[in-house]
Amino acid sequence: MGSLFRSEEMTLCQLFLQSEAAYACVSELGELGLVQFRDLNPDVNAFQRKFVNEVRRCDEMERKLRYLEKEIRRDGIPMLEIPGECPEAPQPREMIDLEATFEKLENELREVNQNAEALKRNYLELTELKHILRKTQVFFDEMADPSREEEQVTLLGEEGLMAGGQALKLGFVAGVILRERIPAFERMLWRACRGNVFLRQAEIDTPLEDPTSSDQVYKSVFIIFFQGDQLKTRVKKICEGFRATLYPCPEAPADRREMAMGVMTRIEDLNTVLGQTQDHRHRVLVAAAKNIKNWFVKVRKIKAIYHTLNLFNLDVTQKCLIAECWVPALDMETIQLALRRGTERSGSSVPPILNRMETAEDPPTYNRTNKFTFAFQNLIYAYGVATYREVNPAPYTIITFPFLFAVMFGDLGHGALMAAFGFWMCYKEKPLQAKKIDSEIWNIFFGGRYIILLMGLFSMYTGIIYNDIFSKSLNIFGSSWRNNYDNSTLAENKLLQLNPDSNDYLQSPYPFGIDPVWQLAESNKIIFMNAYKMKISIIIGVFHMLFGVCMSLWNHLYFKRRISIYVEFIPQIVFLTLLFFYMVLLMFIKWTSYGPTPGKLGSNDPEIIKTSAYCAPSILITFINMMLFKTDPNTRPQCDDVMYAGQMGFQKLFVIVALLCVPIMLFGKPYYIMRERKQRAQSQPLANTEAAAENGGVAGAIQPAHHADEEISEVFIHQAIHTIEYVLGSVSHTASYLRLWALSLAHAQLAEVAWNMLLRKGLMSKGFQGGIFLYVVFAGWAAISVSILVLMEGLSAFLHTLRLHWVEFQSKFYAGEGYLFQPFSFEVILDSAGQAEE
Amino acid sequence: MACKFCGPKLSLCGLILSVWGIIQLTLMGVFYYIEAVALLEDLPLEEEGGHHTIEGFIHKVEVGYSQNAYNCWIAALLYVITLVISGHQFWMNNRSSVSM
Repeated sequence: MGSLFRSEEMTLCQLFLQSEAAYACVSELGELGLVQFRDLNPDVNAFQRKFVNEVRRCDEMERKLRYLEKEIRRDGIPMLEIPGECPEAPQPREMIDLEATFEKLENELREVNQNAEALKRNYLELTELKHILRKTQVFFDEMADPSREEEQVTLLGEEGLMAGGQALKLGFVAGVILRERIPAFERMLWRACRGNVFLRQAEIDTPLEDPTSSDQVYKSVFIIFFQGDQLKTRVKKICEGFRATLYPCPEAPADRREMAMGVMTRIEDLNTVLGQTQDHRHRVLVAAAKNIKNWFVKVRKIKAIYHTLNLFNLDVTQKCLIAECWVPALDMETIQLALRRGTERSGSSVPPILNRMETAEDPPTYNRTNKFTFAFQNLIYAYGVATYREVNPAPYTIITFPFLFAVMFGDLGHGALMAAFGFWMCYKEKPLQAKKIDSEIWNIFFGGRYIILLMGLFSMYTGIIYNDIFSKSLNIFGSSWRNNYDNSTLAENKLLQLNPDSNDYLQSPYPFGIDPVWQLAESNKIIFMNAYKMKISIIIGVFHMLFGVCMSLWNHLYFKRRISIYVEFIPQIVFLTLLFFYMVLLMFIKWTSYGPTPGKLGSNDPEIIKTSAYCAPSILITFINMMLFKTDPNTRPQCDDVMYAGQMGFQKLFVIVALLCVPIMLFGKPYYIMRERKQRAQSQPLANTEAAAENGGVAGAIQPAHHADEEISEVFIHQAIHTIEYVLGSVSHTASYLRLWALSLAHAQLAEVAWNMLLRKGLMSKGFQGGIFLYVVFAGWAAISVSILVLMEGLSAFLHTLRLHWVEFQSKFYAGEGYLFQPFSFEVILDSAGQAEE
Repeated sequence: MACKFCGPKLSLCGLILSVWGIIQLTLMGVFYYIEAVALLEDLPLEEEGGHHTIEGFIHKVEVGYSQNAYNCWIAALLYVITLVISGHQFWMNNRSSVSM
């Protein structure tokens, strides 16, 4: 097994495959997913490659499958998931069978669809005709009504009846039009025919199905009466323009009745035929739905294999294919085995040859991960992929990330909510994974389920340390503070102090975490917590950074940069230790050596006053004075000037040594490189050929060769940037860790505000109806707690933690200039294809 | 029994909220009952000058503690009812989605 400490060792290999065996071998490698092939013909475009035809055939098959899938979706038939194992990539000869199957299916489906469409159109026409006959019957009935006859006569008058003899016979057309077009249609008719036509219309109540788009549309029946041929052509043109369909409508009532009967029988016939067509289509689709996922996998695998084969070089004899690939050195055996399996499957007798190659190229970075480490590794990769064989920060991130998060998010209640959510996701991992929920936010949460679980658990821990649960505290072990004031003092004063230098404090601290009494200290709780949390942040920060610098030692040792150890690592660690680690030490000295002396509480003995809290110096002022070589005049004559004997001398020494480290960091490496080059220039004329041979052959020669192509001025500039970044960085990064304090303070305050503004309102209400009020208020408080305190504050703490890792920690040792190992793997290809499709 | 009036999301929300409410409010009730000092600030007491004697003040605090303990348990009981209702709804939703 590979380790998480560094990325895997990779080797570039040359692979000779016999043409017949190539397909099977690549298919086996795809199942394995451990080999990254390099493109050996990068200047050949996609259409000139060897297996273009096959790739194209696969594309065509995929298109047909997508068509099938679309049709299946349209009918709402469930597609079966692949039961059990994924199917293996089929043999190339099976491709023809698949092609034939898909071709047949597609043609059948297309034919069925065409028929169905024709039938539907026919059906639509008939139903429209049916409606016309039914509706117009009303109009004709009105016309034939004997009571109206008189009206007609009086309206038209004698003249009208006589004019032109038979010309009074009115012509008519009947048809169907979309309902929303009626008003425009009517107006147009009126204008174009100058009011000489008569339009009657009636709505069809049931919606009709449009055969082309299969939408439901509402239509109206109309009938237009007019006189003369000219008007008839005009009316017909207008109808055409409005896409109204005209139907022949016989004038005689008997004919109409006969026609209506005919239409009805035809509609019934059509209905049975349509039903049969639908049944047939459904049968075809159900059969296809059983296999479609399987087919998709097969076709995608074939396509991927041919794509990969396209990357290979063809041997001159055309008998074998040559591939170059990156392979994890530890997996050579497994790959050999897979290749042998592939050869056996293809029935070829010549085994493939896997040949290690020497190369000066940087290999890809490959870290083996499991479902737990995967998310943490991804956090690191999001910043930059590690340089090949560089120390990988991921294993430490697994602990430091949730811990630093928890320092900012310390609350037992909120941590428990988060841990419960994380635990649920981890517990229900398999069913949730199988569900394949598409929501992006959910996928982010689910991908980071182990991070969330750990963050929650760590927050619970820090919550207990801070003694903070939804801004209240738990008094588990009994507080160490007592109230010694008498009743009259208590009654008269609003605020009273408890003096630790008296019997108010039992002189033994609360066993675990912060004393619960601080939660009730209205006036100085924040002052106390700030002093504690700020110091804790700096201590954690300095240790985190020191650890980061130590990691760089492993990098220097591994890459054999001896000189970097002397002129970079050692001065760096000395600088950081003498200045910032010393400050941390001062904090511990302050914590341990100042405070009340048990047994002599409130004593005025000068020796005891010197170690009392009154004499405790400010660490920050001490540190600033140390950097400026300055001493403040002592304003407290009872106290000592220094925290320990010889403090001033040590501090001066520390600052001077730390400052001396800067020029070493700045000029050490460029000077060394300059000297080395000079030496080489001197020795080169003597042993020119020898040196060249040695340099070329030895792998360790990479380092000097790398520097040789840099100008010396560039080396200086590079080193100067690096040094300035480190020196200024260690100041600003130390300050940056104060965000641990700031966010923790903000979180605690927000939690308190939420409690006081909401839940307290419920608790403060009097009487038993307060219980009902509390029930309502609790729901609001819970919603605020989850949305603002857990989600938003959690996100902000997460981002700050990420920054602390990326900038403050990793800048000490991590270059992140590598590129990722992307093996040829069916799993990855199928996953991404599945996602792109949805 | 076909009275389904919450969707799957609302019933799940009610379920989680009521579980949380039952746990927290019952515990808070217990803490009020044993007169935990941390919850003193959340008692319904009259402000400024409402109490003239220490004994009177202590009595008021004790009454407040027991009153709040009962209120918490009442609210917890209401959440038990919510739990039952939303649990039933959740079950109905699940069953109908399976049968479909």
